[in-house]
Amino acid sequence: MEKVDKALLDASVMPDKNGFFGEYGGRFVPPMLEPLMQEITDAYQKIKDDPVFKEELLYLQKHYTGRPSPLFYAKNLTNKLGGAKIYLKREDLNHTGAHKINHCLGEALLAKKMGKKKLIAETGAGQHGVALATAAALVGLECDIYMGEVDIKKEHPNVVRMGILGAKVIPATHGLKTLKEAVDAAFEAYLKDPVNQLYAIGSVVGPHPFPMMVRDFQSIVGVEAKEQILEAEGKAPDNVVACVGGGSNAIGIFSAFLDDESVKIHGIEPAGTSFKTGEHAATLSLGKPGMIHGFKCYLLQDENGEPAPVNTVASGLDYPGVGPQHSYLKDIKRVNYDSITDKEAIDAFFELSRYEGIIPALESAHAVAYAIKIAADLPKDQTIVVNLSGRGDKDIDYVVEKYGNDYGL
Amino acid sequence: MNRIKQLFQDKKDILSIYYTAGYPNLGDTVPILETLEKSGADLVEIGIPFSDPLADGPTIQHSGETALKNGMSLNVLFEQLAEVRSKVKMPLILMGYINTVHKYGIEAFAEKCNEVGVDGVILPDLPFQVYLDEYKDTFDKFGVSNIFLITPQTPDARIKLIDEKTNGFIYMVSSASVTGAKKGLSDEQLAYFDRVNQLNLDNPALIGFGIGDNASYKETCKFADGAIIGSAFVKLLGESGDLHQNIQSFIKSIKG
Repeated sequence: MEKVDKALLDASVMPDKNGFFGEYGGRFVPPMLEPLMQEITDAYQKIKDDPVFKEELLYLQKHYTGRPSPLFYAKNLTNKLGGAKIYLKREDLNHTGAHKINHCLGEALLAKKMGKKKLIAETGAGQHGVALATAAALVGLECDIYMGEVDIKKEHPNVVRMGILGAKVIPATHGLKTLKEAVDAAFEAYLKDPVNQLYAIGSVVGPHPFPMMVRDFQSIVGVEAKEQILEAEGKAPDNVVACVGGGSNAIGIFSAFLDDESVKIHGIEPAGTSFKTGEHAATLSLGKPGMIHGFKCYLLQDENGEPAPVNTVASGLDYPGVGPQHSYLKDIKRVNYDSITDKEAIDAFFELSRYEGIIPALESAHAVAYAIKIAADLPKDQTIVVNLSGRGDKDIDYVVEKYGNDYGL
Repeated sequence: MNRIKQLFQDKKDILSIYYTAGYPNLGDTVPILETLEKSGADLVEIGIPFSDPLADGPTIQHSGETALKNGMSLNVLFEQLAEVRSKVKMPLILMGYINTVHKYGIEAFAEKCNEVGVDGVILPDLPFQVYLDEYKDTFDKFGVSNIFLITPQTPDARIKLIDEKTNGFIYMVSSASVTGAKKGLSDEQLAYFDRVNQLNLDNPALIGFGIGDNASYKETCKFADGAIIGSAFVKLLGESGDLHQNIQSFIKSIKG
């Protein structure tokens, strides 16, 4: 880590008032969207420290989501690898099965306070969609979820869940028909009726205030993990690992450790099947700064500035952009961004299932795979905290169909 | 005097047409331009296609997608426009999204605009403050005007600042929606036009979004220096029949 003013890592001054994390983030939106983003910013700033809102959210986190999520020592996996102790932050045990519920509850309460009637959002793997549909049902709002046609086929169980929860799933049918196109469709729908709808974007991406607001709602993951590891080990962790698509689960756990230079932080991107264009989504590793969906970030793009096609086994990581704060943390070298292939993620998916009885989401399996990769070479008195951001129930059919043969299924 | 200023000095009820470069076919960009000038369009905005156009409705989105499939890019567009000034005289504006230009390089882009004879640029997702801080000097150096969009929600102070810091025209988005929205003027829109007119801006103003026939064009011209037609024209380009014949009849019908 280069010498960085610690204050710049402080959430209270990052981003600046225009939503910039260094040169990244901001609000690169047409003027029709600008006042809508400001409306959300103002509403969020107003309620975030409101004791009634905080109490309401705290209650739901505890009694609805089931927080705090446990920090589990993965002893079998650790013993097998023979190196650093691996701890899992069990966001997979949250109600709805992933970390996404953390910001969805916040956004749903915000929408309700703003007098909105409907929540809309994009979803990739369907985790954010399910979490938002859940939150909408709970607080009494309608919910439209935009989802790429390809993902709708791949993530069938989540599509069904959203329907059961009363949400409408609307396919995005242009381009590659995955997450990026779902975001386009959601923005378009949002502009049609900004008065009654609130766009609850699914990650720490998009125009200001989303990267800040979603981070703030996710930061509880880091706050808990920090306390839990201290209790278990009597010291801060040596390593923190999380997968990065847009980067919401990662920023959630990272945010508590950024100012502690003794903690190595690793953000893991999907390397897909190769580093050829269109066969991965390793944005921070191979992208160049650019603007997409209203913010500046590292972006996988071609020589004409068109967002490049992306592909990974994990739909939730399938995005050519990445959160602006991650882009900034890469530049100042505070976080080590690395990548894991589809194959390594699938291996980790089965390894965690068979050694610990925990089926991870394919997204989270990328973080697990990285921990497996580094654990053996680290001393036994060191620790790795992995953010197990979601459970793998949604992925089982896809994994067995595509990879089952290699694992005796 | 630059071509944009000259136009507004010479003419009233400006008809500005937007279309997407490379649509319906890659080679149509310049022929469409020539037909537009012959048919009586006063100003043209050529859209640089982008796959994630946050300000555009389905019609223009679709044209962009097709154009990209056809192989359109900023490089190709500049190649097509290399000889354009021997063919058309009217002011030309490029309209696109910031990432395309950012990737091309701001300086290279502004220089190329100047070289081929592009008079102005509209980048709807470029924040005004970022423009002032990072882009303005470069565009000024090459004499390329930046045109900014305002909406019914844009505060007076911002409109005045845009007026002060840019020279070209002000693009008044008639409603806070994406392109290709409904026709007809509401009380809110009339109040908005009135509010802008009372600011006594130095720059002329054109009204865009939701204009597609003679009635809406004429109506709009009462409140500004002219009107911009986008989606309705792009939709026409996708229709069957002789492209150039269609364009001529369309412009004629608009002008009435």
